[in-house]
Amino acid sequence: MKKKSILEVNVLYTLIAIVIGFIIGAIFLAVAGISPSVAYGKLIDGVIGKPKYMIWTLVYASPLIFTGLSVAFSLRTGVFNIGAEGQFVVGALAACAVGILVKLPPIIHAPLCILAAAAAGFFWSYLVGLMKVKRGIHEVLSYIMFNWLAFYLSNYMVNTDALHKEGSGEATKNVLDSARLLLPEGMLKALNCNGANWGFLLAVVVAVGIWVIIEKTTLGYKLKAVGFNKEAATFGGINANKSILTALGISGALAGIGGAVQVLGMGGRISQFAGQEGYGFEGITVALIAGSNPIGCIFSGIFYGAMKYGGSKLTIVGAPEEVIDIIMGCVIIFIAISQVFKRMFIRMAKRKEAK
Amino acid sequence: MGRVSHMDKSAVVIEMKDIVKKFGDFTANDHIQLVVHKGEVHAVLGENGAGKSTLMNVLCGLYKPTQGQIFINGKQVSFNSPKDAIDIGIGMVHQHFMLIQPFTVLDNIILGMEPVKGLVVDRDTARKRILELSERYHMSIDPEAKIEDISVGMQQRVEILKVLYRGADVLILDEPTASLTPQEIEGLLTIIENLTADGKSIILITHKLKEITASSDRCTIIRQGKYIDTVDVEGISENDLAAMMVGRDVNFKVEKKEQEPGEIVLEVKNIRAKDYRGVEVLNGLDLDVRKGEIVGLAGVDGNGQTELVEILTGLRKAESGEIRVMGRDVFNRTPKETFDAGISSIPADRHKHGLVLEFSNEDNMILQHFNEEPYAHKGFLNRKAIRQNATALMEKFDIRPRGTEGRPAATLSGGNQQKVIIAREITNDKELLIAVNPTRGLDVGAIEFVHKYLVEQRNRNRAVLLVSFELDEIMSLSDRIMVISEGKITGTVSREEIVSKKTDEKELGFLMAGGKRT
Amino acid sequence: MDGLVSNLGLLINATLVATPPLLLAALGSCFSERSGVVNLGIEGMMTIGAFVGAATGLVVGNGWVAWLLGGLAGALLAVIHAIVCIQFHADQTIAGTAINFIGPGLALFLSKAIFSSSDTPPLNSANKLPKMFEGFFEAGSFLGNVLNVYTVAYLVFVFAAIASFVFYKTKFGTHLRAVGEHPEACESLGINVYLVRYICVILSGFMAGLGGAFVTLATINQFRPSVIVGQGFIAIAAVIFGKFSPGGAMKACLLFGFCSGVKSIISMSNVISPNLISMLPYLVTLAALILFVGKGHTPAANGKIFERSK
Repeated sequence: MKKKSILEVNVLYTLIAIVIGFIIGAIFLAVAGISPSVAYGKLIDGVIGKPKYMIWTLVYASPLIFTGLSVAFSLRTGVFNIGAEGQFVVGALAACAVGILVKLPPIIHAPLCILAAAAAGFFWSYLVGLMKVKRGIHEVLSYIMFNWLAFYLSNYMVNTDALHKEGSGEATKNVLDSARLLLPEGMLKALNCNGANWGFLLAVVVAVGIWVIIEKTTLGYKLKAVGFNKEAATFGGINANKSILTALGISGALAGIGGAVQVLGMGGRISQFAGQEGYGFEGITVALIAGSNPIGCIFSGIFYGAMKYGGSKLTIVGAPEEVIDIIMGCVIIFIAISQVFKRMFIRMAKRKEAK
Repeated sequence: MGRVSHMDKSAVVIEMKDIVKKFGDFTANDHIQLVVHKGEVHAVLGENGAGKSTLMNVLCGLYKPTQGQIFINGKQVSFNSPKDAIDIGIGMVHQHFMLIQPFTVLDNIILGMEPVKGLVVDRDTARKRILELSERYHMSIDPEAKIEDISVGMQQRVEILKVLYRGADVLILDEPTASLTPQEIEGLLTIIENLTADGKSIILITHKLKEITASSDRCTIIRQGKYIDTVDVEGISENDLAAMMVGRDVNFKVEKKEQEPGEIVLEVKNIRAKDYRGVEVLNGLDLDVRKGEIVGLAGVDGNGQTELVEILTGLRKAESGEIRVMGRDVFNRTPKETFDAGISSIPADRHKHGLVLEFSNEDNMILQHFNEEPYAHKGFLNRKAIRQNATALMEKFDIRPRGTEGRPAATLSGGNQQKVIIAREITNDKELLIAVNPTRGLDVGAIEFVHKYLVEQRNRNRAVLLVSFELDEIMSLSDRIMVISEGKITGTVSREEIVSKKTDEKELGFLMAGGKRT
Repeated sequence: MDGLVSNLGLLINATLVATPPLLLAALGSCFSERSGVVNLGIEGMMTIGAFVGAATGLVVGNGWVAWLLGGLAGALLAVIHAIVCIQFHADQTIAGTAINFIGPGLALFLSKAIFSSSDTPPLNSANKLPKMFEGFFEAGSFLGNVLNVYTVAYLVFVFAAIASFVFYKTKFGTHLRAVGEHPEACESLGINVYLVRYICVILSGFMAGLGGAFVTLATINQFRPSVIVGQGFIAIAAVIFGKFSPGGAMKACLLFGFCSGVKSIISMSNVISPNLISMLPYLVTLAALILFVGKGHTPAANGKIFERSK
C-alpha cells in the first residue's frame, strides 16, 4: 500500500488548530492591552520553569486524563458522554465519603475509595443508559440533567453532618491519610511539591488498559460494532442494548475514578461548588485533541493540565486566566472543522500531482 | 400496448450539448447529448451508475455541468440553482421521493411556492389550484392527508402534482416504477399519456426495457458516463436495447439443474404482526421452504416482506404464529438464536444491516463469529486468523481490490460490498439462506455473480428464500413463487407454470395487487 | 386566607422572575433545532449576553438598549456556531461545547479586562429594565406581586405567540420546519437551506443573549460568574420536553419557572436544603421524559450534516 501523505495525518491538523487557538488568544490579550509575549512567556515558564512546576502540571493533568479517557471511550463506542462532569462529581463524592467515614489500613483504603468512585460513576452513567435503552431518551439531554443533579447532590452532601467540617465554611472534612494517594513524605519534600501523587501513574496504566480493550479484545469489537452501526451489530447477533449499557458504564467509571484521583490526590476534600467544576467538559477537549485515542489522551491531558496550571499564574502578569478557556474553545472549533480542510488540502495536493 | 404518440418533431424543447460533469477525478458524464421534443416521451436508458441521474441533476439545476451547453426552446440557459430550472419549466420527480413526511399533501405541493395573503400562507387559494390540476390530469388526491399516511403510488402523484403546480412543461421521472404494482404502473402510463396529450414533455429515466417499449417515443442510451446513441423506440427490440445498455449480449437465463426439493427447512404458520403505529402488517401468513429449492417471494414494496424477514431473523417480534427451522421452534427469538438455529441472510439494506461500514473488511467478515475460535481466544482477538479468513474469502468471491482486508468497508464499491456480505453469509452455510433484493443497485456483472451463488447454494441442497421487488429476478431464479400482498400469501406458482408460460407477469401482478387465483 | 393569597402572589411573582430567561432562550432554540441545527451553546450565548447587557447597561443608561445589545452579543457568538456547523459541517454537539467554553470565558475575560473584577459594578435602577405599573400597587400586595413585575416578564409570552404564528402560519415558518425534516427536498424546490439555517441559528443566539441579559438587567443587577448556571441547558431541555414547538416550550418553561418559584419560596423557610430543592426542575424533566415523552418526533434532519450539491 502507498505511504500515507503527511496531509492525511490527523495530528497535523490538531497541531494547526492549537496554533490557531493561541493566535486568537494572543489577539484578545493584545486588544485587552496585555502583551501576548509576556503572558505566553509566563504561561510557558509557569509550566517548565522549575521541576516542581512540571510535577504540578502532571498533578493537574491526572484527573483530566481520566475524564478525557471517559469521553474518548464513549466516542469510540458511539455515544457522546457529555455527562463526564456529573460522573466525576459523584466519583469524587463517593471517594471522599469512603475516605472520611471508613477506617482501613492504607493499602486497602485508597483502592477501596477508587473502587467506590468507579462504581458511583458507572452507576450515574448506567442510569442514563437505561433511559436511552428503555425509553429512547437521548443521552445528551439526560446527561445534562444528571450533571446538575450531581452538582446539587454534592453541594447537599458537603453540608451534611457526617461529612461537613465544622467551622470550615462550606467544605468537607479532610479525607483520612490512609486514603490519600500522595507520594511518601520524603519524596514530596524532595520534589518540593506537596500535591504530588500516584494519580498520574494510575492514569497512564488505565489509558493503556483502555487502549487494549478497544483495539485488541472481543469486548472492544462488540462495543465498537454497536457504536458504529447498531442495526448491523444486532443483525450479527450482538445484544446492542447490553453493549450500550456496558459502554456507558465503563465511560462513567473512568470519569468517576478521575474524581477520586482529584480528591485523594491534590484536593483532600470537597468544597461547595458555585458553578460546575468543568473537569468533564475539559475532558471533551482532551478527548478531541487526542482524536479519541486513549494513549493520545495522556498527552492531551498533560497539555490541558499545563494550560490550566500555567494559566492560573497569568494573573501575576495581569492577564485574565479565562484566556485559556477562549484558546481551548477555539482549539475545539478548529479541530471540529479540520476534516473539511483536510479533504481540501488532499484534493489540492492531488491536483498539483496531476499537473 | 397501442400507444398514441404526441411528439411534435418540429418543436425542440430541450437540447443538451456535450455535457461533461466531473466529481474530482471521476467523470460521471462524458460528452452527453440529449434532444427532447414537445409532447415527447424520451427514455434515458443505462445501468446503475451509468450517469443517468447525474445528467438529470444537471438538467434540473442541482449540479453545474463542468462543460457543455443547455438550450431550452432554442435559448441557451445556465442554472445556478434548482429554482432557475423550475422557473423555466423543468421539474424533476426523484426516485427517492422528496417529500416531507409529517407535512400534508398540500403543504408538500406548494412548498417553496406558497401563495401568501399578507404574512399568512394562503392555503385556500393553493387548494383550489391543486384540485384544478388533479382534475385536469385525472390524479385524485386528498390535500389534507399527511404524507406518512398515504400509499407509495399516491405519494408519486403528489410528486407529479408538485412539479405541475410549478408550471413545468418538461417532467423528469427518475425510475418512477421502482416501487409500484403492475397496476399502478399502468395508471402512471395513463397519466404520462394525459400529460403528453396536453403538450408536456416527459423524460423517463429507467433501466427497465419493457417500460420503454410501452411508453416512449425515443430512447437515449448511456453507458459508463458516455453517450452511446439515441434511437426511435418503434421497431427496436428489447434485446437490442439491452445490448446497447451493457455493451455486450446479455444472458437473461440462469442455468439450473433439475432437482426435487427435499424435506421442509423453514415452516411459517399464521404469522401476525403490527408495525410501530399498531397497524397490522402481517395477517396470518403461511410459508414454507424446502431443501434444494429457491422460493421466490414476489410482491410490491411495503406489503409485509420487510417485516417478515425481520421476524425470521429475530430483528422484530411478531404478535402470534409459529416459526420452525428444521423442526426447531424459533418464534420470536433473538438474532443470535435464529442464526444458531440455521438462518443466515443477505439483508435488504447492506449499509444498515449488512455491514459496519467503518469496520475493516476483515472485521465485517467475522461479524457473527468474532468471539469464537479461531478468531478469538480468551477475550482477545486473533488478528492473524481474521486476516487469513479475509484473504481467502476475497480470493474465492473475487472481492476487489485485493489487499484491502484492513481497509474500511466503506471504501469498497457497492457491488464489492455486497460480495463481502455474500461471502460471509454463504460461508456461514446455514440450512436456510434468506436473500432480500440481493442485486439492488448492482451492475449486470455483479448481478450474474449473485445469481450464480444463490443457485449454487440451492444445488448444494440448501433452502433459499428470495425476496425481491424485481419480478424478472424472481421468475428466472425461483423453483416456486409465492406472492405476498397486504401481509398475506395471495397465491403460489410452481416452476412448471413459469416454464410452460401458464403464468406470466400479468397474473403475478394481479396477485401482487391483492387479486385471488381462480 | 390572606397568608395563602399573599403566598400565591409571591409564587406567581417568583415564577414570573424565573421564566423569562428560560423562555427567551427556549424560543430561540426552537428555531435552531427545528431547522436542523442542534445548539448546545445556548448556555454560552446566554452568559455573553448577560455580561454585555450588564456592561453596556452601565454606559448607555437605557435598559432596553442594553438588553438588545446583550441579544446582539449572543447573536455574534451564534454566527460562529452557524458558520462552523452549516458551512463547515462540524459536529454540532462538539461545536456547541466549544461555544460553552468561549462564551463564559470571553465574558469573564472582558469583565476582568474592563472592570478588573469577575463581577461588573452594580446597576442603579434607572439603568435596568423597567417594571410595569411601578408604584401603582402597594409593595408586597397580591396585585403588586403579580402585576408590578418586569415588563419583559409579560412580553415573553407575546414573543411566544409571535413565534408560534411564524412557525405555523408564515412562509418562513413552513420553510424552516421543512428544512429541518428534509433539506434535500427543500433544496430541490429552490429553498436556500443554508440561508434558512443561518437565520434560525443566529436568531437562537440573539434570543439566548436576550435571556441572559434579562438576568443581569432585571433579576440580578450585575454580572457575576454564576448568573447563568445551567439555565441554557434547562432551556434546551424545555424545548425537547415541549416537542420542539414554541407553545410546548412555553409550557415547559413555565413548569421550570414554577419549580424555581417553589424553590425560592421554600428556601426562605429553611425547612428543606435549597440544594435538594434545586434538583426539582431536573427531576421533573427526567420524570416527564420517562413517563410522557418517550420517543417523541424530533426533526428528522436534526443534527445531521447537510452538504449542498455542487
